[in-house]
Amino acid sequence: MTVLAAPPPATADWLLGLYRAMLRIRLIEEEIAARYGEEKMRCPVHLSVGQEAAAVGVCAALRPGDKAFSTHRCHGHYLAMGGSLKAMLAELYGRAAGCCGGRGGSMHLFDEAVGLMASVPIVGSNLPLAGGAALAIRQTGGDNVAVAFLGDGAVEEGVWHEVANFAAVHRLPLVVVLENNLYSVYTNLADRQPARPLTELALPYRLLALQADGNDVLASHGVMAEAVAHARGGAGPVLVVLDTYRWREHCGPNYDNDIGYRSVAEFEAWRGRCPVLRFGADLRRRGLLDDQADQAMAAQTAGEIADALAFADAAPFPDPSTAAEGVYA
Amino acid sequence: MPDPRMISAGDAILEATDLAMAADPSVFLMGEGVADPKGIFGTTMGLAEKYGRERVIECPIAENGWTGIAVGAALCGRRPIVIHQRVEFALLAMEQLANNAAKLHYISNGRHTVPLVVRLIVGRGWGQGPEHSQSLESLFAYIPGLKVALPSTAADAKGMLLAAVADDNPVIFVEHRWMHYAVGAVPEGYVPAALDGPRRLVEGADVTIVASSYTTLEAMQAVEVLALNGVTADLIDLRLARPLDTRPILASVRRTGRLVAVDLGWRTLGPAAEIVAQVAEHCHGDLRAPPRRLGLGDHPTPSSRSLAQTYYPRSVEIAMAAGLAVGLPAERLLAVTEELERRRSSVPFDKPHPAFRGPF
Repeated sequence: MTVLAAPPPATADWLLGLYRAMLRIRLIEEEIAARYGEEKMRCPVHLSVGQEAAAVGVCAALRPGDKAFSTHRCHGHYLAMGGSLKAMLAELYGRAAGCCGGRGGSMHLFDEAVGLMASVPIVGSNLPLAGGAALAIRQTGGDNVAVAFLGDGAVEEGVWHEVANFAAVHRLPLVVVLENNLYSVYTNLADRQPARPLTELALPYRLLALQADGNDVLASHGVMAEAVAHARGGAGPVLVVLDTYRWREHCGPNYDNDIGYRSVAEFEAWRGRCPVLRFGADLRRRGLLDDQADQAMAAQTAGEIADALAFADAAPFPDPSTAAEGVYA
Repeated sequence: MPDPRMISAGDAILEATDLAMAADPSVFLMGEGVADPKGIFGTTMGLAEKYGRERVIECPIAENGWTGIAVGAALCGRRPIVIHQRVEFALLAMEQLANNAAKLHYISNGRHTVPLVVRLIVGRGWGQGPEHSQSLESLFAYIPGLKVALPSTAADAKGMLLAAVADDNPVIFVEHRWMHYAVGAVPEGYVPAALDGPRRLVEGADVTIVASSYTTLEAMQAVEVLALNGVTADLIDLRLARPLDTRPILASVRRTGRLVAVDLGWRTLGPAAEIVAQVAEHCHGDLRAPPRRLGLGDHPTPSSRSLAQTYYPRSVEIAMAAGLAVGLPAERLLAVTEELERRRSSVPFDKPHPAFRGPF
């Protein structure tokens, strides 16, 4: 179900697969940004450009039967889990072939067949759902895990504490992935939370807490693999903190370093740690990638994106007379 | 033929829960107090011992967290029953109910279902006051995607709960605390009642009375005494506030020409307001008197029995509204209300009346 198997030791194919998955997310989101002005994607978009390593590293540690729950910033998670690009773009275009049939939009991407059960745009709201999936796993047996993707703002919500507490009491197989991109919309973490490592949030509930560079796909994968092994083994829930950075505006296709909530210097420093370029350089050092192969990979992905965009653009809208259907099962 | 088995609605809820858990291993309970020595007013008593703490999950004081956990478990094929001992506690869980439980089926274009039951208990009497005796069914009934059940009898308490657990939608199951005491004939065994409504309990020609949950029991008293004085009422028990099917109500009003709609909660913006609006839209030419609404006044529930005396519409007020709608002469109206006052006078108004023992 995930695009990437995670067989240690890391093979060349596996490493290149990680790179391809990150590059693919980057190119897809850049294309969304480029075409947003056409006003064919008439729903809000929360791009995760700059955060690809966390999505890909985390999802590469999952396996069939694991259940993930994402947020409004769900494109990367959806793609990293193996969700259909055509169904994603059709959803952004508001078409019947969209993953939600046009009922959800970009903030509700899901594909239960690949384990992304739901994306929920209310901050923290996906966490109890993941806790419930973990409880269902516990009740039905097996060693799958449930995963909640959170941003740094979600741990300000009461529901973080409620679910962390419940999951700890019941030792649920739950992994909470906190992608710390430093901003809740335009407000810096320092203005919202006391200065302390985010991993300390796990202390009151005695969760295992792990932290890694969220712009390093291998580091992200490494901590997630450790977290998943812990949870699968019945040792209880885990908090994984991945430090990363959102390049573009909170919502929309643009850069917004000019509006004053963060400095250009800060942005440039983080862009200098681009997860895609860094891992590409790493693969070149390992002799696994060269410019020609890199360009071929990008060209192949560009072709896939062009096909999916054409599909979405040509796909029929849902029948307006069906708007009231499906309220009840 | 043997006499029907008579049990209280509270006991019927326990029996339904036990049967649902025995029939389907995916059914489990969550809530604050589900496994404690009082067992949610007795309605979960003994279940933790019988099914184990893995299926009767005592919860921390974290209503949005564990209600959302139940939503997530339901999304993954489990059938949780969560219980909030007071409706007010569920306000903390509104985010999960309104956003996730109500919408996941729709958002997923039908691929997800949320087979969840949320039992909410409405308090009344003994000075429980502003934040332990609110009837907030309108808040939940406002939201498409939730079903809102309001059982009024012991038989429906059991049958509708079994149906709610078997339903693939999130069902808000509103239990008035005094309805728990209603005794009635309840069939043994796994016998679900349809999760639908409204239903006519008494057939009459002069006036349509629509009530729900505990107010149906008050209306029943009113209908009995009205009948002794020559007024026959169509008594309609709402049962389901969402989805709301007003067709049987409209059909009744077309026949009687008169409507008294009684709410469990505040009179303003409640189900009775919606019913009156639909009657006005669809039955305008059939009306022989202005529709009347009864419900709570626009203020919080006061604790003092002095302040709460006239807060709740009783059988007396329901009969008065119906009598005025049909133009009952003053002396006969007085006879009706005096008889109802006499029946009620032996019990303080802030305690449930022992007459609310069926069969209904």
